[in-house]
Amino acid sequence: MNIRRYALGAACVLALAVPAFADTNVTILHVNEVAAAKTLWDKIAADYNAAHPGVHVQFKYLENEAFKAKLPTMLQSDDRPDLFYSWAGGVMLAQDKAGLLKDVTADLADVEATMSPTAVNAFKVDGKAVGVPFEMGEVAFYYNKKLFAQAGVKAEDIKSWDDFLGAVKTLKAAGITPIVVGAGEKWPMAFFYDYLVVRIGGETALADAKAGKNGGFKNATFVEAGKRLHELGALDAFQPGYLQTSHAQSAGVFGDGKAAMDLMGPWLLGMQAPNSASGKGLPEDDIGILAFPTMPGGKGKATDTMGGVNGFLVTKSAPAAAVDFLKFFSQKKYADEAAATGAYIPVVKGADTAITDPLQRRLASDLAASTYHQNYFDQDLGPSVGRVINDISVAAAAGQMTPEAAAAALQEAADQQ
Amino acid sequence: MSTVEGSHFEPARRISVNGWVVALIFLPPALLLFTVFVALPMVEAAWYSFYNWDGYGRPERFVGLKNYGYVFANPVFARALINNGLVIAVSLLVQLPLALAVALAVARRVTWAVWFRTIFFLPYVLADVGAGLIWRYMFDGDYGLAAAIAAGLGTQPVYLLASKDWAFAAVLIVIVWKYFGFYMMLYVAGLQNIDKSLLEAAEMDGAGRWQRFRYITLPLLGPMIRLSIFFSVVGSLQLFDFVVPLTGGGPFDTTHTMVSFLYYFGITRMRVGFGSAVGVALFVICVAFAFGYRRAFMRDD
Repeated sequence: MNIRRYALGAACVLALAVPAFADTNVTILHVNEVAAAKTLWDKIAADYNAAHPGVHVQFKYLENEAFKAKLPTMLQSDDRPDLFYSWAGGVMLAQDKAGLLKDVTADLADVEATMSPTAVNAFKVDGKAVGVPFEMGEVAFYYNKKLFAQAGVKAEDIKSWDDFLGAVKTLKAAGITPIVVGAGEKWPMAFFYDYLVVRIGGETALADAKAGKNGGFKNATFVEAGKRLHELGALDAFQPGYLQTSHAQSAGVFGDGKAAMDLMGPWLLGMQAPNSASGKGLPEDDIGILAFPTMPGGKGKATDTMGGVNGFLVTKSAPAAAVDFLKFFSQKKYADEAAATGAYIPVVKGADTAITDPLQRRLASDLAASTYHQNYFDQDLGPSVGRVINDISVAAAAGQMTPEAAAAALQEAADQQ
Repeated sequence: MSTVEGSHFEPARRISVNGWVVALIFLPPALLLFTVFVALPMVEAAWYSFYNWDGYGRPERFVGLKNYGYVFANPVFARALINNGLVIAVSLLVQLPLALAVALAVARRVTWAVWFRTIFFLPYVLADVGAGLIWRYMFDGDYGLAAAIAAGLGTQPVYLLASKDWAFAAVLIVIVWKYFGFYMMLYVAGLQNIDKSLLEAAEMDGAGRWQRFRYITLPLLGPMIRLSIFFSVVGSLQLFDFVVPLTGGGPFDTTHTMVSFLYYFGITRMRVGFGSAVGVALFVICVAFAFGYRRAFMRDD
């Protein structure tokens, strides 16, 4: 009797639960343009939907700038996505402060234990998890092996900033454009500035400046970084007309073999071929990776890395299925697949062994050995000061602004925030 | 009965009653749309401009006039104002005279003139962003038309858009190319409305070509010219669409206009209060010009 009653009760609960669950839609907004990643994500969503009748998980793509412009309004409307792409950092903090994100610390603790702690911590606000990372990237110099050989430059000999400047001069003397940079969009030049600050001031440099210690952004580290960047710019290291070159164009210049180096994230490998005039780009065997050089007397280590940490944030009204999907999404088998297809470098521990691409493998091992990982400054600082970092990087490199004025402009932007 | 009779004999009053009915029926939708999409956002922007707000949550940090202080102290804003001034100057001194000269040549109703009119008008039909992208390619020193010209002449390639001294000149060239066809059409319409007999009479009285232009065509074209100046100045103040694909405001923020400054320094940086302050400043300038100009020059039109 009792059993029958329970069975009836369970049936009733099921009958109630199933239709209630049947209407669950989970929308995920993202900006990822890498074809392999998109294919994989659509597959994961299809797998989940097949295993969970009545739940409809859907990835929706939005172009990068459009995404950034629309997101604040969307998050505060009823039309908000349940999960959305994030670079962590200052923007995420602002979203959390406005109460738009869900605390998922308890739900995702198990999942986070399987991931790189650096990446996981990037998605925490005061110890509270608001999302889950899936990829981590390292910005490094990609170099053209043939052009290096032609000029007689050996990549393994480039350790310090002075070695690096020496290589730039040798390339220049051989009639080769040493570095291509898409400074028309500014942020590619900021990669130089970010790395210089990390190498000179070490891992606390940015946090100290944000906290206003030692003169905030006007302190010696930021001024010195500007000086070094100007030093590089004064050597005419960049391609002619670099101030107008877009990011996509710069990838094409590298792919056409018209410049020896490109300081860029892992996506360059996917971009250099389609953007080249030949349409073929460089064969991967001709591309090498060079870590950003160390700074003599600097506090940063050669193994400190700078690059993005990307993940998904959970919005406050997201259904339980959205969090459940994140767990499903974060399984090692999918991370392995991302690694094997070259979609991205996953943050799940042990998945890096599945990477087949030798260049991505190198990046993954750098990240695994990273002594400190710094997020892009413009993401870390949020849009208002972050865009100023990008502006002053270009201005300092081109000698349009003195290093002192550049640092002062940063502090001014921070004060106005 | 008497009311019907009364209304029958008082047409003026009947119209005014009908006018009220018409207003009651047709005004609310228009008024509502205007309020929701024009008036409210303007008031909101003015309100936001007093806050330091990143667009999340409610604006809470009241900063008084600080945003306005930041805007007017910003060297990029000053440069944007100068650029807007340059656009107005080039529009009035180059674009409109050019449009008038071309209009005089193609106003005749003959086949070739119609063809040329169409050709000159084509750039105006093109989407602004598309035109910007095309010109970005034309100016490109690596793969574009500029590169081909430099290669043909055997000189070093010129990177016009990467030069802080020349990039805005490149923007001005594109503006003249894009919009002069529109003003040409306005003038063609105006020219075709001029009574030919006046010109013939003047000719019989011995007036030369210049005299006929100066004393007959130009005065009769006056309303059209005043209108074109009005469009031209307001359009110049609101210029945005080209700047984004062509230069993105660079190099070194030397090619911003007020609106692109608002977009790049207000919206993309999530400084809603600051951006609103720019918007209010732009609004005040536009309204002051619009009312001032109409009062001074367009009273009789």
